Amino acid sequence: MSEKKIMLGNEAIARGAYEAGVKVSAAYPGTPSTEISENIVKYDEIYAEWSPNEKVAMEVAIGASISGVRAMASMKHVGVNVASDPLYTISYSGVNGGLVLVAADDPGLYSSQNEQDTRCVARAAQVPVIEPSDSQEAKDFMKYAFDLSEKYDTPVILRTTTRLSHSQGPVTLEDRVEPIDVPYERNIQKYVMMPGMAKQRHIYVEQRMKQMAQDGADMPINRVEMGDTKIGFIASGIAYQYVKEACPEASVLKLGLVHPLPRKMIEEFAAKVDKLYIFEELEPVFEEQIKSWGIECVGKEIFTLQGEYSANMLRKAVLGEEVEVAEPAQVPARPPILCPGCPHRSVYSVLNKLKIHAAGDIGCYTLGAVAPLNVVDTTVCMGASISTLHGMEKAKGKDYVKNWVAVIGDSTFLHTGVNSLMNMAYNQATGTVMILDNSTTGMTGHQDHAATGKTLKGEVVPAINIYDLCKTIGVKNVTVVNAFDIETLEKVIKEETQREELSVIITQSPCVLLKGNVFPNKCRVIPEKCKKCGACLRPGCPALTKTADGVAVIDETMCNGCGLCMQLCKFGAIEKVEA
Amino acid sequence: MAENKTKNIMIVGVGGQGTLLTSRILGGITVAAGYDVKLSEVHGMAQRGGSVVTFVRYGEKVAEPIVEEGQADLLIAFEKLEAKRYAHFLKKDGTLVVNDQKIEPITVVTGAAQYPENIIEELSSKYETYSIDAMGEALALGNSKVFNIIVLGVAAKHMDFSKEDWLKVIENTVPPKTVEMNKKAFLLGYES
Repeated sequence: MSEKKIMLGNEAIARGAYEAGVKVSAAYPGTPSTEISENIVKYDEIYAEWSPNEKVAMEVAIGASISGVRAMASMKHVGVNVASDPLYTISYSGVNGGLVLVAADDPGLYSSQNEQDTRCVARAAQVPVIEPSDSQEAKDFMKYAFDLSEKYDTPVILRTTTRLSHSQGPVTLEDRVEPIDVPYERNIQKYVMMPGMAKQRHIYVEQRMKQMAQDGADMPINRVEMGDTKIGFIASGIAYQYVKEACPEASVLKLGLVHPLPRKMIEEFAAKVDKLYIFEELEPVFEEQIKSWGIECVGKEIFTLQGEYSANMLRKAVLGEEVEVAEPAQVPARPPILCPGCPHRSVYSVLNKLKIHAAGDIGCYTLGAVAPLNVVDTTVCMGASISTLHGMEKAKGKDYVKNWVAVIGDSTFLHTGVNSLMNMAYNQATGTVMILDNSTTGMTGHQDHAATGKTLKGEVVPAINIYDLCKTIGVKNVTVVNAFDIETLEKVIKEETQREELSVIITQSPCVLLKGNVFPNKCRVIPEKCKKCGACLRPGCPALTKTADGVAVIDETMCNGCGLCMQLCKFGAIEKVEA
Repeated sequence: MAENKTKNIMIVGVGGQGTLLTSRILGGITVAAGYDVKLSEVHGMAQRGGSVVTFVRYGEKVAEPIVEEGQADLLIAFEKLEAKRYAHFLKKDGTLVVNDQKIEPITVVTGAAQYPENIIEELSSKYETYSIDAMGEALALGNSKVFNIIVLGVAAKHMDFSKEDWLKVIENTVPPKTVEMNKKAFLLGYES
């Protein structure tokens, strides 16, 4: 079988998992990693799930590996933080069946709260990392990662970045290898990390990493491409492609194994070139190690620590080529916004009216931080809204949080928010938590979770009832409100924020982009009734604009008929009509 | 750069306008023609009504997956403000295909900025420009969603693939129920 197909990096990673004989895959959605699981689901041979968070996903994969099959977890870079507790220790235990963690970094922060470099985590956890440079390698390296994992008794991280995960390129397909099923044998020296055992395993870990560094020169994923010896580059991942684009004549050491570094190979390469550049996005991980070996090289002195790299950047910095570029036009910015008909806009329009601050969380609703909604004051990480609100109350007292709420989505609540709510209940908080339940994981493109009643594989299962869950935790005041009923919402928010008891308000309405949604209505302005007050425009619905003389206009192709603008109009100038 | 015969195409628009489907069709046709190809797209938060850009590069061997400033042979813009935003990515002799549609960004709606006037006239004076009211045409066809395929049809006139190949790739790429509508939309642009 040698069919060629154009594949997204993430699709190729999924294909690689399939060909490698993976039996179990677990993940939590997060850009730019989400499409890995969404493609794995196509292979019936693999059990694949959305776990509630990355720590759980990692542990599911660990369990599968210990039982003797090939297993993987995939997540975005910040998800690795959540999964780092099991990761640091499974590094000691090692594996039975191969174990691979796919970690997707986001240089340039296309959809993330920070720009951290997974290689730093991997160094601290002493876990080897390999990094592909295109879709074909994404698939091939995935298979190689499992071989390495089993050979060196270690979990392996396959690192990808947004530009690789979300680029498409041709991939040659191969058959699935016969999945392994290694017999399980009780071995507490390896799988029970109590101090006495862990001490011994730590010795093994150090030896393992040393051995891999030594063997790196013979690994096919590391390769030297000798060309002009005046300039040499060491690069991996997508940065390698920029080198090939800008300096096709130069010598390159292309690293596939990016941790531990194949020291001897690097020393030999460095000796062959006159000037050595280390071209790596984000942290100077290679550079600091290579410099520490006394090798002269240039890296972050001329290349940035932030954002994505490019071929033009190299042309300028290394070749001194002035790339002639026309001045970009000065045009109004177009930042991402909530969709027309988004239930979050409705909730935020009420919070904005009541001048209530929100401790925010991770999801589309983070967009409530900016104009015109201006509601969200803080965003840290998944689940943090609830705990930060709690911290504020304990610092400043009950009255202080009477004009604050925490806002968190349904998927994020189940991810880690639920722990924080337990903490509020346990430690006698009085704050108000709003769960913006849109029946999906919205921002990453509509993934199911434990409260949607459907699995990644599409099976219908009992759904967690968020109302019951909050009650079980011990929250006395739990109210469910339709997200578009702004009158009731206003009343409930006023009551609950003033109440000196812990409250949860669950606002419900499905994400407007959810498949299967039907919109029987659209809204329409009756121009002669419009008083040009601008109330309908205030929440910033993209379907609403105004004419030069101030009369509101609704774009019919964009409107979903949610009716928020209609409720906000005091003059009855907006009506609902059949779509 | 001069020795690089790779073709550089950019598709720009507003999140939700279907840039991903269009790039998939472009990817399909270049692979079918036996080229090496790389496409780079935007997913996730940046997609929510924001400015989005997709890069398509094809040729004998393609390394970099992105198109940089001053390198695009063809810029396909689904919205005219986005055409203006990314026009400097075009080569001096590059071609611009622009959908004559105005979608006000939130910065304009809130009054923080003004939507520029005469975008298409201005860009026409600098680049070889073809504009079409694709949304109007799509509504006339009875399906506002296929406006992007109409724009693609216009752009296809400036690329070296046959009509038959385009139609075949469209057939293989779009959902089966929408094949006829999409083919009609493509031809509307292609034969305009």
